[in-house]
Formats: sequence, structure tokens, C-alpha cells
Amino acid sequence: MNFGGIDPVILLASLMVASTPILLAALGEMVVEKSGVLNLGVEGMMITGAVCGFIASVESGSPLVGFIAAAAGGALLAMLFALLTQVFQSTQVPSGLALTLVGVGLASFLGQNYVGVKSPLTTKMPIPLLEDIPVLGPILFRHDAMVYFSLFAVVVVWAVLKFTRAGLILRAVGENHTAAHALGYKVRRVRVLAIGFGGAMAGLGGAYISLIRVPQWTDGITAGIGWIALAIVVFASWKAPRVLIGAYLFGGITVLQLNLQAAGAKVPVELLSMSPFLATIVVLVVISARSKGAAGGPAMLGRIFQAR
Amino acid sequence: MITLIKRPQPSKLWTFATPVLAVAITMVLGGLLFALMGKDPFEAIRTIFWDPLFHEQFAAYSRPQLLVKAGPLILIAIGLSLGFKAGIWNIGAEGQYIMGALAGAATGLALYPMDAWFIFPLMVIAGALGGFLWAMIPALLKTRFNTNEILVSLMLVYVAEQLLASASLSWLRNPEGNGFPGSRNLSKIEAMSNPELFAGTGVHWGVVAALAAVIAAYVLINKHMLGFQIKLSGESSRAAGFAGVNSARLILFCLGTAGALAGLAGLFEVTGPAGQVSIDFNAGYGFTAIIVAFLGRLHPIGILFAGLLLALTFIGGELAQFMLGLPSASIQVFQGMLLMTLLAMDIFVNYRVVWTSREVAQ
Repeated sequence: MNFGGIDPVILLASLMVASTPILLAALGEMVVEKSGVLNLGVEGMMITGAVCGFIASVESGSPLVGFIAAAAGGALLAMLFALLTQVFQSTQVPSGLALTLVGVGLASFLGQNYVGVKSPLTTKMPIPLLEDIPVLGPILFRHDAMVYFSLFAVVVVWAVLKFTRAGLILRAVGENHTAAHALGYKVRRVRVLAIGFGGAMAGLGGAYISLIRVPQWTDGITAGIGWIALAIVVFASWKAPRVLIGAYLFGGITVLQLNLQAAGAKVPVELLSMSPFLATIVVLVVISARSKGAAGGPAMLGRIFQAR
Repeated sequence: MITLIKRPQPSKLWTFATPVLAVAITMVLGGLLFALMGKDPFEAIRTIFWDPLFHEQFAAYSRPQLLVKAGPLILIAIGLSLGFKAGIWNIGAEGQYIMGALAGAATGLALYPMDAWFIFPLMVIAGALGGFLWAMIPALLKTRFNTNEILVSLMLVYVAEQLLASASLSWLRNPEGNGFPGSRNLSKIEAMSNPELFAGTGVHWGVVAALAAVIAAYVLINKHMLGFQIKLSGESSRAAGFAGVNSARLILFCLGTAGALAGLAGLFEVTGPAGQVSIDFNAGYGFTAIIVAFLGRLHPIGILFAGLLLALTFIGGELAQFMLGLPSASIQVFQGMLLMTLLAMDIFVNYRVVWTSREVAQ
């Protein structure tokens, strides 16, 4: 099968690769927002994860160490946001922006000696038997471990939020922090943990870009993906399975436009490059118009909690 | 143990003291960062904050640069502060800045090689309009469909960046530029240039516009009904609704003004200091202006000082890069840290921090 120089099987397989960073980051941010916190620093945490993961994997020679370092780096940076918003009671919107500014600067600062360095290659982990299914096998089951991990994470986040006590507490804190506090739940502790989780997931997403998708380090490597991840949480109405759909939709647009660029389509390259962002705006408009704003959004999203 | 008691009104004293304290704390933290990098922290801080103004060799060049860099920052931050006050988060000033520059430059270049007095004023109007229209996208989507303005205005930055690339590579490219990307050099075309008005000061039309914006914003906030409505909406959107504030109109006004001012900043930059439309024309003013707005406490006079200070970090950062080999990204970290420290210290503005012994705690 071949359409205008684009093989749909390869296209769909690379769609999964392109979507994984967005999926990881958006899933993490969804958990943060479920706890009632709006962290706009996803882009900063992603790029910090990207650089930490890259450095650690180059220095250690192991991509696994890289991903662990990326999660740690993202979570550590997120703790700055937690400190600001949960301890110092700062407004969440500017705090998140500050986090992005610091993260982007820090990443470019840490990575300056790593431009042009090659990272160790990540091996694919084809799943035996399943990979031999015609068409579906190459699309779904011949990826690296992180792709499977991201899908697994969707299931885990969905199940934990829906069925466990921890998930219930997290949602309660996000829906009504005063009531949750009155019931004796530690609102701040829950939120700090959620923020840390969001940071770790964003970090993993960033490292997926610098270690697998691109694999190299350049300044500004995340190029706005963190912001798209934020938009996807809105698109998904704060539901994990829909985060998956959203991430794959946008990964799909990204891959498609890249393929069209490579195939020399008669559309200006700049128009193709801006298409994921335009699509995000269109989708945001459709979602907001249909649901009259942030339907399904946690009631306490962005509000400051005051313990009395 | 520490107890926080919410103040009925934000503390006036702390409102003024925190920016100064935040700068001091950031200097200490920045010094630590530079020490970690193996640089002499005192020398680094002096190079960034003192040398651009007082070094016998560099000050002559960098002092005028202070106004050149502060102009766009102040102009953009004044616009942003109106929205921020009302709880309208325009994060896309960078895109509005680019679109202003593009619209203005395109208007001028369409008339090339005409030479008439009205070309520059026409470009100024086109620049403001470009930024205004770009900001109207998130504004209208917000008022019509309740779409999140933070995300939309930000997405539009990336769209504007692609338009900028396409302009410098194709439709605004200099036909006599030997195939290099970038437009004609506007600062070299008399009818389209924004020259230094007083030799050796760095003052150009953009700086004049920035000062005018400071005064206009001061009057608007303190003397005009609209300014009162902005403040009221920021404090309580419900109360503002009861008081008959039309929130849709306020959103359009705040985003529109911010967009127009950012567009003006872009136009003055492209016709003056930058000189031409090029791929890397945008220098992050739109994002740094967010810091300027907060550091200036969303107050016009405060923004004036904050703009000058952030301009100083830009110039000092370049100097430190050149003199001490400090990476340029370290200045970005520094600026981000400044915003973080300031936000952290807001706790003193909004709360009274009281030490109580455990026994007495209610």
C-alpha cells in the first residue's frame, strides 16, 4: 500500500511514536488538574526532563537510566511549583509560567555541552507473536518499551482514579478542598504528590523526544508540545481514555504534516508546521462551544486552598 | 509553628517592598548558581547589574541600549497588566508582537520605493492593527465560545512564528538580498525607519510610545470608569457582574489593547533596532514582558522600573556572556527565578505570617 509516497503502516506506527510524549505529559497534567491544581509549567518540565534524560543516558550509556533521570528531573522542577503554590500560596497561572521560563532556561543551560552528541540507541521491544499479525503487528507491537509503558499508564491512571480510595481522595480534593479538608484529608500533601507525578510524567515525555523521537539534544526541542498537552487535558474533559484519543489525534496530525513535508506536498512548509497548533485551537473551540466552557473540569481548578 | 492569617487588604508596604526584596534574593540565588558554574559570583553580578551602567569602557554603548531594550518590554507589559488585573491571561504577546511587525513591515514594503511622509505613520497604524487583530482571535473565541484564552493566545505564538518564517523566506524576502532570508532593511529606508531621536540616548519612537502608554495606563486605572471595572473584575468577577460590568466588552478591551501595544512594540523594533523582518526577529520580549508586568506589580510606574531592570539583565547578560563566558541561557534562568521569588514573596502581601506556639493554636 502506498499513497503518494506515504506508507500508511509506517505512518500509523510513527503516529504512536509521535504521540507518546504528548500522551505522557497530558496524562500527568490531567492527574494534577484532577487534584485542583493548574500547572502551566508542562513545557518547562518536559524540556527539563528531555535534557536530564539525555545527559544521564549519554553519561551512563543506558536509556533506562536516562528515563529515570528524566522523571526525577521533571518531578524535582515540579517541586518548585509545589513550593510556590502549596507553601507560599502563589497564584497558579503566573507560577506555572515562571516554571516554564526557568525550565526552558535551565534546560538550555544544562544542555549546552551536549549539542550534537549522540545518545545511546533505544532498542525496540517487539512483542512476540503479536508482532507477526499482518498490518496491526508492525503498527502496534514493534515499538520501544516507553510506548507500551505510556499505554499501560493510561490504564493505570484511569483505574486508580475510578476504582481506588487514593483516586477518590484525589478527586475529592480537586472537587471541594474545603470538604476534603474537613474530612481530614491532607489537601496540600495530595496536591504536592499530584504535582510531582505530573512533573515526572512530563519529564518522561520530554525524554522520549530527546532520546527516541529525535534522538539528540537541541535548544527548544519540545517546541510547544507541552502546551498542546495542556490543551489535550481540556479536550479530554479530564478523562484518561480521552487523553489517549486526544494525544493520538494530535500525534497523527504532527506525523501527517511531517510526512507531507517530506513528500514535497504543494502546501507551504510553514502552513504544515503550524497545523498542529491550528488544529488544537479548532478543537478547543469546538469542545468549549459544545460544553459551555470547562465541563468536567475539577471545581477547584486553579483555586488557592487556605487551611484554617 | 507558623500560622498564616489572610489580610483583609493586601499590605501596601509589602506590595512595594517585595519587588526590591525579590531582586535582592534573586541576586543571591543567581550568585550561587554562578558559583556552582565555577564563576566568581560577585564579578558576575557586578557585570550584569553594574557594568552596563557604570563601566568606563562599555557604559557608553550599553546605556542607550537600556532604553532600546526597555521600550518594547514596557510597552508590552503595560498592555498585559490591564488584562492580568482583570484576570484575563494573555500569554501570547510574543505572537502579537510578531504580527505587528509583519503587518507594519508589509504595509511599508508594499509601498516601496515610494517616499512620503505618511508612510511611517501608516506603518505604525498597521502594526498596532496587526497585533490587535491577532489578539482578537483569543478574545472573540473567549467571549463567543468561552475558549481558554491562555491556551489559544499561546498556540497563536507558534502560528505567528511560522508566518514570520514564511515572510522572511518568501513573501517579504528582499528581492535584492541575493537569496538570503529576510526582508529589505527597513531602518535604511528613510520613509520607513524608526531612527534614534536624540543621538546617543537610544530614544526612538518606541520608547516615546512606551512612556505615553505608562501615562495613559496610569490615568485609565486611576481616573477612568473602565480602570475601575478592570480592578473590580480582577477582585471578584461576581461583584463586577452585579455592578453592571460587561465582561465580554472588558475581555475584548484588555486583549485588544494588549495586542495593539505588543504590535506597536514589534513595529518599532522591526523599523529600528532590528531593522528587518528575519526568522529570528522575535527576541522573547513578549514572554519577558510577563515578568515585567508582575515585577512592576501591574502598576504603570512599577512596570516602568521593572522594564528598565529587565532590560538591564538582558544587556548585562550579553556583557557577562562576552566577558565571563556565562551561557546566555543563564540569564533566562535568572529572569525566571526573579519571577518565582517574587511570586513566593506575595505571601507577605496577602497574609500576615504569625508565629504561634502549638499550645495556643486554635
